[in-house]
Amino acid sequence: MTSQDRVPMVQLLNPEGEYGVPSAYAEYGKYIEALKEEDFLKFYRDMARMRRFDYEATALQRQGQLGLWIPAIGQEAAQIGSGYAVGHNDHIFPSYREHGVAITHGIDLMSILKMLRGVNHGGWNPDETRFHLYAIVLATQTLHATGYAMGVKFDGKVGNGDLENDLAVITYIGDGATAEGEASESFLFAATNKVPLVYFIQNNQYAISSPVATQTTVPLFQRGAGFGVPGIRIDGNDVLASYAVTKKHMDDAREGAGPHLIEALTYRMGAHTSSDDPTKYRSKDEEEYWKARDPLARLEKFLRRQGINQSFFDECEAAGEELSAYVRSETFALGNPPIENMFKHVYSEAHPLIEEQLAWLEGYEASFDDASGNGGAH
Amino acid sequence: MSNTVEMSIAKAINAGLRRAMQDNPKVLVFGQDVAQLGGVFRVTEGILDEFGPSRIFNSPIAEAGIIGTAIGLAMRGYSPVTEIQFDGFIFPAFNQITTQLAKIQNRSEGYLSMPVVIRVPFGGGIGAVEHHSESPEAYFAHTPGLRVISPATPNDAYWMIQQAVASKDPVLFFEPKRRYWQKGPVNLDTPPAGMHTAKVVREGSQLTIATYGPMVTTSLEAAAIAAEEGTSIEVIDMRSMAPIDFNTIIESVKKTGHLVVVSEASTNVSVASEVAARVAELAFYHLEAPVLRVGGFDVPYPAAKLEEKFLPDADRILEAVDRSLAF
Ligand SMILES: Cc1ncc(C[n+]2csc(CCOP(=O)(O)OP(=O)(O)O)c2C)c(N)n1
Ligand SMILES: [Mg+2]
Repeated sequence: MTSQDRVPMVQLLNPEGEYGVPSAYAEYGKYIEALKEEDFLKFYRDMARMRRFDYEATALQRQGQLGLWIPAIGQEAAQIGSGYAVGHNDHIFPSYREHGVAITHGIDLMSILKMLRGVNHGGWNPDETRFHLYAIVLATQTLHATGYAMGVKFDGKVGNGDLENDLAVITYIGDGATAEGEASESFLFAATNKVPLVYFIQNNQYAISSPVATQTTVPLFQRGAGFGVPGIRIDGNDVLASYAVTKKHMDDAREGAGPHLIEALTYRMGAHTSSDDPTKYRSKDEEEYWKARDPLARLEKFLRRQGINQSFFDECEAAGEELSAYVRSETFALGNPPIENMFKHVYSEAHPLIEEQLAWLEGYEASFDDASGNGGAH
Repeated sequence: MSNTVEMSIAKAINAGLRRAMQDNPKVLVFGQDVAQLGGVFRVTEGILDEFGPSRIFNSPIAEAGIIGTAIGLAMRGYSPVTEIQFDGFIFPAFNQITTQLAKIQNRSEGYLSMPVVIRVPFGGGIGAVEHHSESPEAYFAHTPGLRVISPATPNDAYWMIQQAVASKDPVLFFEPKRRYWQKGPVNLDTPPAGMHTAKVVREGSQLTIATYGPMVTTSLEAAAIAAEEGTSIEVIDMRSMAPIDFNTIIESVKKTGHLVVVSEASTNVSVASEVAARVAELAFYHLEAPVLRVGGFDVPYPAAKLEEKFLPDADRILEAVDRSLAF
């Protein structure tokens, strides 16, 4: 359908759900062979939960409970596969659509919904979760990931063959964001410092309305090469390719191989955000083409071929319902943040302007709740 | 007896940095040409020999990359001290400084702090080509989350760089480049006031000059000339442009009733403008004349042969002093 389809890519599970390791990609096979049945089931369960969560969040946005929603439907394989390939010490620097990666690392999805409701700007603890805050200014996170990985290297936590303590870093970036100069600077710093870093580009074909051809004339997996960051393209709708290729390159990075780039060819099946209208810039035919490559349906076909029976799929549906009921009730329970939150954590210590302005605003607010009932100016 | 030595501002920053690096093994120094060369102004000269390449290294010529990786290093527990080679080259990093560095503590609700120092040689008077003589401090002073300071003496240079490194918040450290070679005593034992405290550097009774950075020396010159003519001027070295220590300025204005604010930066929407506005709010009844600002004109920094006309000098300051006192 698109010229990009003609570039070879790692695919271990075809759209019919048939598994096979092409000889050109034999090195990735062992990562799948090492998986147990429960791992495949975990992939599916979380992809299904991710999709159900997305529908729920979309509904919450339509009902006015969220200011904005950023759907990730269609990107479940890319995110769940790569997310599970990230090791227990590794750090993740996401962009803003990586809800599935968050699921794989046990992040409370309310952290994300709170932000999109407008309660805060993030506010989870990246040191504890190893899942860093969403980056809304495109590509800024690639440099933070690079600096973090430089620090990991300076700490001597790379290439010791010590699986308990060594670590690598992964950063997620969109096809559009690769055009930002900061992404290029990041490739350069990562290569010259030979840091333990994997770039995971989700090429979902669009940056809002702009097709990927707006951002590049050369396939994105080649983008890092000139900087010293080799790359590979995978079928981003194949959860096994996403898992195996990410796992290998994270392992290699942890072992001291330096940075690597993965371009996951996928499709944003939904709108850019709840404010977007994709009918203005893409065709039904195109959407149908990608629907036939739905990552969730593909994994389901595979599992059914493996003899997984209906009760498992019912159980996954129930898990999705449970998650959506949880976020729904938690979202409704969210109050408005107190006004002093605006003034918190701007600086690490007391600051004269902050103190003065908070005191003023509190006094001003208090002037409206005069007990005598005649102090209100509104 | 205190341990006091004579050194230049450049050497004092160097000595202060070394001390900060000795005190805290997490302090890293990087930027363009900072290692073997010691930076184009030699401020970091010799640090490579003392601390080795794991503590000081050259960065690629990519300012956003320098600040963006400093942020990542800070997330990993390091205290990066970065150098931007010249004032006019900070703008490629503007995004990382204003949208990331300044906001990450707030975005993370305090889970992360950003102990990053950005050293910037700033200001004119050195006969340079375009982009090498600017005073961009207002952009950063305007940005919540940043601290912005400038030492004007070797003693302050020595101590304020250490205070900046010790701060958990990002600090823009503006170094008055034309004063790098100006010498003065440095007390190696006793730090002066905190980095955000303004200091009365010359006492006087009739008019206050509030200034910072390279204009402290110029303002002191003007005050000396005025004294010969019988006018008593108090000079305040603000030292910090964000936050501004208004108390010290207000105390002085209560005494003198007259205020002139001096800086090299283009005057429109400048740090000096903020001083003027706040003093009008906080000391209105003590003022006997409007607050006057003396600064660069609102034009791109001119070619070297014209910079003398652009930059405030003692005469331009005294012209404003006369206007204020005659009001
Ligand atoms: C520096 C910057 N410029 C513009 C935007 C507005 N913007 C938000 S998302 C987006 C498209 C990004 O596309 P891509 O990188 O492909 O990621 P995707 O949204 O497809 O996941 C744009 C232009 C922004 N967030 N940051
Ligand atoms: Mg995209």
